[in-house]
Amino acid sequence: MSDAKMSDPNLARRDFLKGAALGGAAASTALPQAATAQQPAPPAPVPAAYAFLNTREAAFVEALVDHMVPADNLTPKGTDVGLNIYIDRALAGAWGKGDRLYMQGPWKTGTPSQGYQLPLTPSQLYRAGIEATNAFCVKTYAKPFDRLDEKQREEVLLGLSTGKIKFDNGPPAGPFWTMVYQTVMEGMFSDPIHGGNRNKAGWRMIGFPGAIAVHRDNVEKYRDKVFPNDPTSISDMS
Amino acid sequence: MVTKLKEVDAVIVGLGWTGGILAKELAEAGMKVVALERGQMRTTANDYSVPNIRDELRYVIRHDLMMDTARDTLTVRNNPGQEALPMRRLGSFLPGDVVGGSGVHWSGHTWRWTDMEFKVRSMYEERYGKNFIPGDMTIQDWGITYAELEPFYDRFEYTAAISGKAGNIKGQIQAGGNPFEAPRARDYPLPPLTPILASTMFDKAAKDAGYHPFPRPSANASRAYTNPDGAKFGACQYCGYCQRFGCEANAKGSPHVAVIPFAMKSPNFELRTSSWATKVLKDSTGKKVTGVAYTNVLTGEEFEQPAGVVLLCAYVLNNVHLMLTSGIGAPYDPAAGTGVVGKNYCYQTGAGATLFFEDRHFNPFMNAGGSNYTMDDFNINWSFDRGPHGFLGGYNVGAGFNTALPIGYRPVPQGTPQWGKAWKQATAKHYQMAMNIGASGSVMANRANFLDLDPTYKNAFGQPLMRMTFDYKDNEHKMGRHAADTVNRIARSMNPTAMNAATARTDPWTVVPYQSTHNTGGAIMGTNPRESALNKYLQSWDCHNLFVVGANAFAHNASYNPTGPVGALAYWTADAIKNRYIKNPGPLAPA
Repeated sequence: MSDAKMSDPNLARRDFLKGAALGGAAASTALPQAATAQQPAPPAPVPAAYAFLNTREAAFVEALVDHMVPADNLTPKGTDVGLNIYIDRALAGAWGKGDRLYMQGPWKTGTPSQGYQLPLTPSQLYRAGIEATNAFCVKTYAKPFDRLDEKQREEVLLGLSTGKIKFDNGPPAGPFWTMVYQTVMEGMFSDPIHGGNRNKAGWRMIGFPGAIAVHRDNVEKYRDKVFPNDPTSISDMS
Repeated sequence: MVTKLKEVDAVIVGLGWTGGILAKELAEAGMKVVALERGQMRTTANDYSVPNIRDELRYVIRHDLMMDTARDTLTVRNNPGQEALPMRRLGSFLPGDVVGGSGVHWSGHTWRWTDMEFKVRSMYEERYGKNFIPGDMTIQDWGITYAELEPFYDRFEYTAAISGKAGNIKGQIQAGGNPFEAPRARDYPLPPLTPILASTMFDKAAKDAGYHPFPRPSANASRAYTNPDGAKFGACQYCGYCQRFGCEANAKGSPHVAVIPFAMKSPNFELRTSSWATKVLKDSTGKKVTGVAYTNVLTGEEFEQPAGVVLLCAYVLNNVHLMLTSGIGAPYDPAAGTGVVGKNYCYQTGAGATLFFEDRHFNPFMNAGGSNYTMDDFNINWSFDRGPHGFLGGYNVGAGFNTALPIGYRPVPQGTPQWGKAWKQATAKHYQMAMNIGASGSVMANRANFLDLDPTYKNAFGQPLMRMTFDYKDNEHKMGRHAADTVNRIARSMNPTAMNAATARTDPWTVVPYQSTHNTGGAIMGTNPRESALNKYLQSWDCHNLFVVGANAFAHNASYNPTGPVGALAYWTADAIKNRYIKNPGPLAPA
């Protein structure tokens, strides 16, 4: 899809989504032979339905995962791999609500070596971080993140990842970025039962065989040889 | 209201490796034994079976088998001048929280620690003089010898289904094994695991450089095995889901396979799960313990379990925490250098390189927990002269994969973008063509590294959290640089297409990311009650009917994984209780 289209503020979000889905399907027909052998054709687009993210947050997450995982000969784009769904379910579930997180004060900043010290659960930090990132984007580009063009999105993510962007009002950007990055990778490479890695696209991309039961005979048989790239998920074996 | 229960002969806190061994041994010897385990029962058939166990997100990232830091954690800082803050989620280390403890999710690497550790101060003083040991390095002899422990190492290796190759049987060096190991009575119960490509490449490079690599001894059964007690192990399937998972094939030497079922068979033994020990109770003299107070975490009910003998067999850190909250032994004071409980807390250090080879296929998802090769030329090799390098201790160097799953393991050359098409291409390209060479290094005890109670933060039971004060010192920095040089030299000799070089850990120790669940010390064994909390039988110097069994007893940390001596010491302690203590209760060693 073109930068101009993505940056058009008049393009309604739902229209943008439909266009994106079509773009993804069109792109897949043009895949080179080797890659089509590796990745099956994407199924009909699944409408995104959210358990945690509100409309603005969903737009942010969809734009983020499509920017970080663009469609190419290796995988479909982030929303077509279900990364937005993975993130939404993770935030709506126990982890997002602070499962296993020690949440007693007093709250101090501490040193980097003391780890996470914010008084926020992951879903609270995600919410506050998206709002602060959008506020930064509006101040800098006069648009929220999901309306930025590709170059501007890249600038924002580089700014977050290198610590250059500091939020005026909101949580520190560092822990927000660390969490965002981790959840995108989790969505890409965790078992599809968790909502991401649709059609095992992340596993196919690298040649990871997934939830395989046994390799005892393969250690010698495949030593220094390519292992068949046909991954198995937990639900395939259930 | 606290319900006081009927007295038993022994109460055990924590049912992992040490608790499992002691439960079995003492119950079979006729003692009435109760074990209190804060976690839940989990079994291979119900909890560790395929396909559900093959879930990296659940077990590696979300810590399904590990301690719940919402309920209890510790505070951390690098030095006594800082304010400690809570470890709000797990990171650097991962204590287990189910029946079987960390012995469920370990990889199985099993070593024999030698007199180079047990006699650390005497050996260095004898060879290099007293001045070679820095003034703030509080290393001391452990009070035990390798010769005393040898039969108990043997017992543990045969119980836990260790696969390996002996390097020294009764003084005869064995081809293919570790030539630097101390003499053993016999070989391992099982032959070594099948090496993977990374291991064979490292093996060749290390040999070409004049070193002595060997297959790493590990509790992954290289073929089906029945241990001397009758526990049946399946053959390891090299499934690639070992560390942080329970074993689907019962091929990993774990307490819930190797020892706990035999305790459960005994009518003398009772296991109470969901039972959280809060305090060790003492009598009015303070010279004996009388039992353990605990809370049933399913109901909130509080109980007291009176017992003739109390055995603390929880994770290292939890054993020390119970000592501190129960007021047993004098807390360590780093300023004055007095007290013993909390003293000599140690960790481990390391350095690793990633090597990329354009034409190789490593299949990093295909491995056993211990299908690695290792060399000890800079570790337990006493002819390696530390003098010119100015450090004490050592490091082992090894290669091979261990649970290289894709959320956590996606090697790319340094400088690769972190997202976008270039990231995808680099990730896809390098996943199959990378291997690691890593060094694991010892940490010598230091006056300023210790455990005590936090003044501010509390756990779910209203008790103070334990406070960990730890950082790497100059000794570890020097050793880390030496280790990184060795790793990089071997790595470069292999002519990789690209390489992320090893660097020493010289930044402050940090609670994220994961480094190692090899925490040691805090309730250490030794030769006298002024310098140690426990005698050589892991018996409290203060209360003779209290034994504190685990890596808490290590007076410093070696480069090796700790479970070998942890298991051996559990059998050693069981032997002392069964054959000496119950016949004549009292101190087993002179103060």
